[in-house]
Amino acid sequence: MLITAPTGAHPLADTAARFVWLVPLLPLAGFVINGLLSLLAAANPGPADPSAAGHGHHADGHGHGHDDAHGHDDPHHAARHRFAAVTSLVGPAVLLASFGLALAIFLAMRGVDMHAPYVQTLFSWMPTGDLHLDAAFQLDPLSMVMVLIITGVGSLIHIFSVGYMVDDPGYPRYFAYLNLFVFFMLVLVLGASYPVLFVGWEGVGLCSYLLIGFWFSDEANANAGKKAFIVNRIGDFGFLIAMFLMFSHFGALDFAGVAAGAEGLGLGNVIVTAICLFLFVGCTGKSAQIPLYTWLPDAMAGPTPVSALIHAATMVTAGVYLIARSATLFSLAPMAQLLVALVGGLTALFAATIGLKQWDIKKVLAYSTVSQLGYMFVGVGVGAYTAGVFHLMTHAFFKALLFLGSGSVIYAMHKAYHATHNHEDAQDMRNMGGLRAHMPVTFALMWIATLAIAGIPVFSGFFSKDEILASVFARAQHSTLADATLFGIPGTAVLFTVYVLGLCAALLTAIYMTRMMLYTFHGPNRTGEAERPHLAEAPWVMTGPLVVLGVLSLAGGWFNLPALVGFLGPVGTLEHWLEPVVGAAQLTVTHGEAAHLSHSTEYALIGAAIAIAITGILVARARCRPEALVAAKDAPVEKGIERVLLHKWFVDEGYQKAVVTPTVGVSRVVLWKGLDIGIIDGLFVNGSALLMRTLGWFGSQLQSGQVGTYAWVLVIGAVCLLSAFRIH
Amino acid sequence: MQPNAFEPLFYQFHFYLFSLIAIASAVLFVTRKSPVAAAMWLVNVMFCLAALYVLLDAQFVAAMQVLVYAGAIMVVFLFVVMLLNLGHPSELGADIRQGWGRLLAGFLALVMVAELFVLWRAPIRWQLTLPAAETASQPNATGGVIGAIAGPMFKEYLLAFELTSVLLLAAIIGAVVLGRKSGGADAR
Amino acid sequence: MLAESLVLSAVLFAIGVIGVLTRRNAIILFMCVELMLNAVNLSFVALSRLYGATGQVFVIFVMTVAAAEAAVGLAIIIAIFRHRQSVNLQNINLLRG
Repeated sequence: MLITAPTGAHPLADTAARFVWLVPLLPLAGFVINGLLSLLAAANPGPADPSAAGHGHHADGHGHGHDDAHGHDDPHHAARHRFAAVTSLVGPAVLLASFGLALAIFLAMRGVDMHAPYVQTLFSWMPTGDLHLDAAFQLDPLSMVMVLIITGVGSLIHIFSVGYMVDDPGYPRYFAYLNLFVFFMLVLVLGASYPVLFVGWEGVGLCSYLLIGFWFSDEANANAGKKAFIVNRIGDFGFLIAMFLMFSHFGALDFAGVAAGAEGLGLGNVIVTAICLFLFVGCTGKSAQIPLYTWLPDAMAGPTPVSALIHAATMVTAGVYLIARSATLFSLAPMAQLLVALVGGLTALFAATIGLKQWDIKKVLAYSTVSQLGYMFVGVGVGAYTAGVFHLMTHAFFKALLFLGSGSVIYAMHKAYHATHNHEDAQDMRNMGGLRAHMPVTFALMWIATLAIAGIPVFSGFFSKDEILASVFARAQHSTLADATLFGIPGTAVLFTVYVLGLCAALLTAIYMTRMMLYTFHGPNRTGEAERPHLAEAPWVMTGPLVVLGVLSLAGGWFNLPALVGFLGPVGTLEHWLEPVVGAAQLTVTHGEAAHLSHSTEYALIGAAIAIAITGILVARARCRPEALVAAKDAPVEKGIERVLLHKWFVDEGYQKAVVTPTVGVSRVVLWKGLDIGIIDGLFVNGSALLMRTLGWFGSQLQSGQVGTYAWVLVIGAVCLLSAFRIH
Repeated sequence: MQPNAFEPLFYQFHFYLFSLIAIASAVLFVTRKSPVAAAMWLVNVMFCLAALYVLLDAQFVAAMQVLVYAGAIMVVFLFVVMLLNLGHPSELGADIRQGWGRLLAGFLALVMVAELFVLWRAPIRWQLTLPAAETASQPNATGGVIGAIAGPMFKEYLLAFELTSVLLLAAIIGAVVLGRKSGGADAR
Repeated sequence: MLAESLVLSAVLFAIGVIGVLTRRNAIILFMCVELMLNAVNLSFVALSRLYGATGQVFVIFVMTVAAAEAAVGLAIIIAIFRHRQSVNLQNINLLRG
């Protein structure tokens, strides 16, 4: 590996930080090893190699995987992948090593003045013309936080995956993709310029596609992968345009150069606003915001640990990271910020309404993720970058816990159904109920996560969500955002609207999460008489990570305690930590003063938030009657608003009618039949052939075969040529 | 050559004389029906040209003209004409185009000559890659007339010279192959 | 004498062209081509008085090529005559596709 000398005398130059390139490289090595194992197994199918049999059946999905390792008397008994042991070792180990290195770098970074990021240039990437781009990694507090979240939560999810996926025939392939994803995600957060970030951005999109469609033999899964991929391309288009604009107006693509260029243009400049809006288009794709959120719920077709890692904890937060990374730009474009906040608020509420009526446990969590991402965008949108990143962090903890917990539940359900060869849906909450008695550890931990996401005090989600809402409230009164307008509406009005949207979403969050918990763990069991004895807690390799995440969900708030509860511990740790990166940008938004609310206002806001969370839980407790629920196969058809919510406001159908069908129609009639067959095939390909044949026929008529004729033609040609000389 | 008052006049007289003979012989050459007569007039043109070469201080080329062209090539032509017995009257009838074809040919030739004149008179804009004008060819140079030709031929144009020899070899082989009786079996 | 030589060269060349265009006898056609080559040779020689002996070198080359051409061309004519019993170009249209 080629490494040029680190920049000057950066204080980190002699510490563990000089090995920062190893952080992403370790998962890449894991990808290579696991990928080779997978290929090796495919190239030399052993006698008992399940991957050679060609039917990959799986642990979750919709309950029709029925011949995996659990059926001892199953004639289609599929053994574990023969390299499963190696993969179980390599897959999580590379990530743990990566996490350890990240921790060492983190320890070295503490107490160091990080106002200048530590940039490590690996090699010159694009030295062309005016553009000199290095493949470089940048370490600063923000990327450090992201690296710790990715490798830390990622390690836990990898360990969980060992238990969850070990019996899958594509086990090494799964870990290869997962390692590759972590590699690209680390490139995304460590990249020192927008193009390097974009490489990671596209790479995680690719891995997301591969993992959503991991069980590709089922067409629905493959389609879900394609949907995620295509919808993300729409967002990437915006990202690319933003980069083009940056290059054409600032002549730079590295973070420092772009920020300097934007600062030179001043507040509210059209160019900066356009760049921010295009970047946000990219974010709506990657982070599943209105209008491009539809892929995320479908992405639940992938294995549940994938949903936890990619579609909850890390990849989908890339948009939030991008905006925090571009804090300087966004702080100079209040109009774009207002739009970000408004879209975030609308998404938070909209997704929460859909979450109210979903029966698939993973779909509930998917819409919950969309909703919580909306919160993060509200945070970074109003210029409270720390609050947004804080929520990103706590969300990574409790949402990973929720997903892994649901994975644990699905695992148990599937195992039970498998034991009795029942083909019921293992993910439908109507088939669950009363699991508290069967899986007490998962039950307790998921309640912690639920209380965290609902915003009950002391749990992590309370602090982060409250900080976002408080920031919105404060900025609505006094900030550049309040002075700006969005589509003619004053910023203050927009921000108050966002605040109300956030409160409503918080209420709905509490309701649907409680509903999910009630239906899953409380009330009578609806799984079935035969299956009930088979329900059991997952092995420790799966519950272990859950416990760690449970502790983090419970205590995550201590990373950034508000001043109001200073008696609990150190105040604003994350705020201080991120100050070198986003501090200046936050001050720009708040007219150079620290955001400040009076204590009475702050108490009132917190009181309202707590009241709303408790109200939500109580409403859910009163409305949802697990006792009255019947199993999915007996369930009646929904009517009215319930049906609308169950069908996700018919947004997918609307997109189908408004976008997909016309696109397919235009493609078929105009592009395919008209352009491709008619013009390209007909006119250009066959037409040129016909033209040449016609010309050739005329030419052949000239060929009389008479030498005399040729002589005449030759002489006439010579005469013409001489005239041409003269004319010249 | 000693300067002589009559020398330019003498020189010009012979130049124009041989020019006119050449043109007249050429016209006669293209208008003869009999191939043998045409060939004889062409030989005459070539002799005149050889004389003109001498007047233009190209004595060696003049000798070559007589030896190679008039002596060798034209003899081969005549030989073929006689071998094929082409003087037969049935062959001669349709030999020369009549009417429009003849007029058009004359017109084209006139146009071509006119164009050549115009080109020659025209100020040449494009750079011909001719070397700067030297003095007239130097018969006095070491090696004499032949030396003046042999110098460039065996130095600058050695490659072209060698290629020409290969071309000649190929032509000889080609002529032998083509001239054999059809079907190689008979020829053995 | 340069101008006169070039004029003579052009005139002889034109006569050769007329011959090529009007005659149908393959051998006479060949001879016309030889005439045109001679006309060009004259230009070379005339200009070599001005530009040095290089032009004469080219005359030698032209003669060599003409000799080669005559050899091959006449051999072709003989071959054609064997097949068609004629060297009239009107009877020779094997090139027609």
